[in-house]
Amino acid sequence: MSINTPALNGKSLKRRSSYTDTNLLLIITIAVFIVMYVCAVVFLKKGFTKPQMFFNILNENASLLVLSCGMTLVMITGGIDISVGQVTSLVCMACAVHLEQNGGNVFTSILLALGIGLAFGIVQGFLVAYLEFQPFIVTLAGLFFAKGLTTIISSDRISVTNEAFVKLCRYEVTIPFLGSVNKKGIFIPAYVEIGVVVALVLVVLLFCMLRWTKLGRNFYAVGGNNQSANMLGINVKLTKFLAHVLCGLCAGIGGYLFFLHACSGSPLHAQGAEMNAIASSIIGGTLLSGGVGNIAGTLFGVLSLSTIKMIVTSLGFDDPWWTNITVALMLCIFLLVQSVILSRKNKTKK
Amino acid sequence: MSTNEKAISSSNSVKSFFAKIVRNQLFIPIAALLLLIIFNFAADIILHADTSFFKIVLEPSSTGNMVLSGNLITIIDNASELALLAIGMTLVTSASGGQDISVGATIAIAGSTILRIVKGYSPDISGAKFAAVIIGAFLLSVIVSALFGAFNGALVAYFKIQPMVATLILFTAGRSIAAWINNNDNISINDTRFGYFGNFIPGIPVPTPVFITIICIIVIALVLKFTNLRLYSQAVGINASSSRLNGINPKTIKLLSFIILGICVAVCGLIKVSRTSSITYAVIANNIEMDAILAVALGGNNLGGGKFNMTASVLGAYVIQFLTTTLFRMKVSSSAISAYKAIVVILLIIMSSPFIRKWLADRKNRRLAAKAGSNVRKEVA
Repeated sequence: MSINTPALNGKSLKRRSSYTDTNLLLIITIAVFIVMYVCAVVFLKKGFTKPQMFFNILNENASLLVLSCGMTLVMITGGIDISVGQVTSLVCMACAVHLEQNGGNVFTSILLALGIGLAFGIVQGFLVAYLEFQPFIVTLAGLFFAKGLTTIISSDRISVTNEAFVKLCRYEVTIPFLGSVNKKGIFIPAYVEIGVVVALVLVVLLFCMLRWTKLGRNFYAVGGNNQSANMLGINVKLTKFLAHVLCGLCAGIGGYLFFLHACSGSPLHAQGAEMNAIASSIIGGTLLSGGVGNIAGTLFGVLSLSTIKMIVTSLGFDDPWWTNITVALMLCIFLLVQSVILSRKNKTKK
Repeated sequence: MSTNEKAISSSNSVKSFFAKIVRNQLFIPIAALLLLIIFNFAADIILHADTSFFKIVLEPSSTGNMVLSGNLITIIDNASELALLAIGMTLVTSASGGQDISVGATIAIAGSTILRIVKGYSPDISGAKFAAVIIGAFLLSVIVSALFGAFNGALVAYFKIQPMVATLILFTAGRSIAAWINNNDNISINDTRFGYFGNFIPGIPVPTPVFITIICIIVIALVLKFTNLRLYSQAVGINASSSRLNGINPKTIKLLSFIILGICVAVCGLIKVSRTSSITYAVIANNIEMDAILAVALGGNNLGGGKFNMTASVLGAYVIQFLTTTLFRMKVSSSAISAYKAIVVILLIIMSSPFIRKWLADRKNRRLAAKAGSNVRKEVA
């Protein structure tokens, strides 16, 4: 009996610690999303019962989803990137000017978007990883640089009229068997925009990368403990650099998806997107201290964030300030939950 | 032989004197200030063939009283908010090892609070009553922004969230809360007396914000002189757990630094809304958080916490405003200015980074070693 007790204790400890990690946060996020959506369907009804409502959430937030995925990667390595929102704005503006005034085509505009994202990722990653600056300061400077650059390119809104591009914007992927019947009794199938497909493919790719490749495991190792990762023979600097480069690339792709959705470039695009991306990652269970996080959680983080925005708007608080306050409140709550979980985890370790 | 030695020692003392100056924390802001002055002077002479930039004249303002005007006055006037923020931001940086990025949004909240109180009173009330209203509104805004500061501070100190992420919450929500306080109305105060705090008091030729800033600087200097605030916040910033073992409560000190920043923010809010007698929630004190952090960095303070030099930070704030004015003069549009400032930030961080310092120190050591080696070889020969 006395021999068995420590073993049992060890087992229970192990189980508890596995729950306090990613799983608990992920379960909370999924539960929050499902409860919120069900409540919206039951109490609000206004369109929430239609499948198209769900797909509209995806349509509007495809770019946010990609940005959040990039943010999650950086946050897993223990960094942060607050420049993504303004990079999105810069990409929209640069592509719009490229298509409208420089006579570019769709293919070169995609290359331009990826190039801008990569450039920001490489420079910021180099400064953070190899010159060891605080990621927050570097990316804050990146944010203001992108902001200034956007207005230097053009301070007005530019709508895109390029035929091929507009066709791509309007392209709808219909979803079989899902849809609603309108008043005349005609079945309207649900649809998603092409950006959603790209975003979801990227989510799957990044999920697999984090879970099954060496690079993905390195991200977790570096974020969990810098020094022990170094001792294990992981190139810590290169890993951090790659995380920032991938985040920059995601910002480029996310920027192009935003461009596809908005079909225009404007200095006011994607205001506060970095905040939403950070909030989605945190709600999705990524710890700010690094080492813990999950792309699947981020997906649900984005979904719950956009659902609560939708609910706030449909409750009649359509002023944009209400959504800001709600997002901040939600971020605050999840930060507190994280902090409590972390301090409990430290206690169990001791 | 002896003269040779003397020459070497004197050259060494000159060298060490210069090294001392360069190593002084005030070197970077003062050098930057001199550089900007020389640049403006040169630009003036080359482009305009006069020195209009530095001219200060006494002329009647739009309201009829004699005031000083000129670029230098404008710079000192406009830098007031930044200098006040730099005071609080330096303390926060020192104690918590991070920066508060919600200051712009909290200024909006403080300004909105003041306007909410003042708008209810008609412009024809007597002077004493009006002063009471203003003081009441200001005290309320001090309490409100100190509370928001305490909220940030509690998240940082008690929940151990990184300062920049904790203040991200108010960075997003702050302007919305400010709009919510006044139901998103565009308020403007018609009473000219309300504008005294941001502009000129009749009969005094110097802008009021300058006086407010000087008073605040004196207050903080006295506080740092006669209390243990400097020692405690540096101790907490350098090593929180060992300062706890020495009987300092790091949580209280961090909380206190955020509350002090909150009070500074309230003063800024008063100046800001008084300047225009109105508020635009999305634009008021826009991008000021970046400038405040830049001022602290320019003062040569370590952004990772620990030792600080308040004089250098405040001087840094004035240099930033000088830079902004210079950029405006070069016909850079106000929205594009942030791109240039971002480049300055990056350059500054690169210069002050531990990596570069280590590299420079290594180079110096290697050179010294090489010198010593050659001396040894000479002696052997």
